[in-house]
Amino acid sequence: MALEHADVLRAAHLARLGLDEGEADRYRDDLGRILEMVDQLQSLDTDGVAPLAHPLDATQRLRADEVTEPDQRETFQRCAPAVENGLYLVPRVVE
Amino acid sequence: MHDQTLTGLAAALTAGEFSSRELTEHLLARIERHDGALNSFITVTGDQALAAADAADAARARGEAGPLTGLPLALKDIFCTRGVKTSCGSRMLDNFAAPYDATVVEKLAAAGTLSLGKTNMDEFAMGSSNENSHYGPVKNPWDLSAVPGGSSGGSAAAVAAGLVPAALGTDTGGSIRQPAAFCGITGLKPTYGRVSRYGMVAYASSLDQAGPMARTAEDCAHLLGAIAGHDQRDSTSVARGVPDYVEGLEAPLSGLKIGLPKEYFGDGLSAEVASAVREAIAVYESLGATVREVSLPHTHYAIPAYYVIAPAEASSNLSRYDGVRFGHRCENPSDLIDLYKRSRAEGFGEEVKRRILIGTHTLSEGFFDAYYKQAQKVRRLIRQDFLDAFEEVDVLMGPAAPTPAFDLGANKDPVSMYLQDIYTIAVNLAGIPGISVPAGFAGGRPVGLQILGTHFAEAQLLNVAHQFQQATDWHLRRPAFAEETA
Repeated sequence: MALEHADVLRAAHLARLGLDEGEADRYRDDLGRILEMVDQLQSLDTDGVAPLAHPLDATQRLRADEVTEPDQRETFQRCAPAVENGLYLVPRVVE
Repeated sequence: MHDQTLTGLAAALTAGEFSSRELTEHLLARIERHDGALNSFITVTGDQALAAADAADAARARGEAGPLTGLPLALKDIFCTRGVKTSCGSRMLDNFAAPYDATVVEKLAAAGTLSLGKTNMDEFAMGSSNENSHYGPVKNPWDLSAVPGGSSGGSAAAVAAGLVPAALGTDTGGSIRQPAAFCGITGLKPTYGRVSRYGMVAYASSLDQAGPMARTAEDCAHLLGAIAGHDQRDSTSVARGVPDYVEGLEAPLSGLKIGLPKEYFGDGLSAEVASAVREAIAVYESLGATVREVSLPHTHYAIPAYYVIAPAEASSNLSRYDGVRFGHRCENPSDLIDLYKRSRAEGFGEEVKRRILIGTHTLSEGFFDAYYKQAQKVRRLIRQDFLDAFEEVDVLMGPAAPTPAFDLGANKDPVSMYLQDIYTIAVNLAGIPGISVPAGFAGGRPVGLQILGTHFAEAQLLNVAHQFQQATDWHLRRPAFAEETA
């Protein structure tokens, strides 16, 4: 499956990763070669094989719905780039 | 004292030959003198280490010392350490001091060990040479023009150079075993779920696993015993008792059935590495093991499957770095999208961006079934290859890497770098444990023998590796780098 310049820009936008046109060209070459390598998977017949998501086939454990964590907002906001009154600051979203 | 094993150091501390403070001061001085040339540490926590050493000496004086009390270790900079920079090798986290300790960090502290600092690594553990670190490449102490391997390259180089007796690494596609092989030390990747991932910065969550890197299998056994076990805070950690990994080390190997996967001895394997591995296997035959060829027929699909699954998981895991809650934030964002895009463009290095883009692309609408779902099906076939092999034999053996450590700058092309992990990557897809032990040299650079077992066979792997180290002295060789009498 060949990769177009637009595919790279689309993935970059979905991943919220800033790329300029020159970088997008370079990544198209790299990603194209990686996908070419990955395309070997298509040659394998996997009819009837169930996908394996967890190497031990385990599923998520459930626990009782109890509050187990104390409030640590201040601790966790100490490593934030910009906070005020306990809120994370970002550029204005709603005018 | 810097050449000794953890076990040897523990005995010396018990005998009162030196204190934990003296040992710690000696190693900190060696880091100060020699790490400029290696670049194996990102952060050295000398004051904290000395305070912990004093506490360990005091505990010993009170008669409260355990087997690991007062032993210095190093932690790959992927493990969260409260109040200490946890960079994961990335500019994104250069300003990040973790607000909590990883479970393994807590467990090692509870066992009485102390940390000298945080070791260098490929950014977000993505790499096989440690050349992808924001903090610059690590050099191999056996040859400063060679890479130490990756992604746990700093941990491997620091142990090999005698800056620290043992370290923790993580292994998503070979990142403990390949640098252990390249640096001539012993490194164990446990079964997926054996060791808690809580507080370990996530790369590919269904593959990541932490493990010990040390001078001997015996030391790895002590460390694994300290870090393994179920953790409520990691829903993928396995609720299963932890055996005594030291107890079985001395069991004789007569009757051990060794399988040699024919796919691990084919094209691309260096002749010198092959011959070192064959000689190691002959040692096992002399110890009473029998050897037969086996097949892992889907081996050459492992790298393609990995480079779908790992980047897909990475693209999801790394979406948390948004410039809002922690980590790097760009200057003067014009709006929220600009904040995300520029913070991430500035904070991530090239290989990380490549994997985020691949993962985002393969998970996106129209591509998911052909890539991700197909890779997960292939993953089941790869695991079945191993399960079938372990019906026939007890352990599998082969090279940890196709060549000895390559030169810095030798693998510029990403795909050629990915192919270096041909013998390690399938192990993570299958979730089984593997260990690399020193088994000779090729062109003056170490060669690692890789030993694989079925799920939760760590005790057996450690026994098999330990018996090899009783019969050979490869693990006792030290690089000329930083030799001094002490």
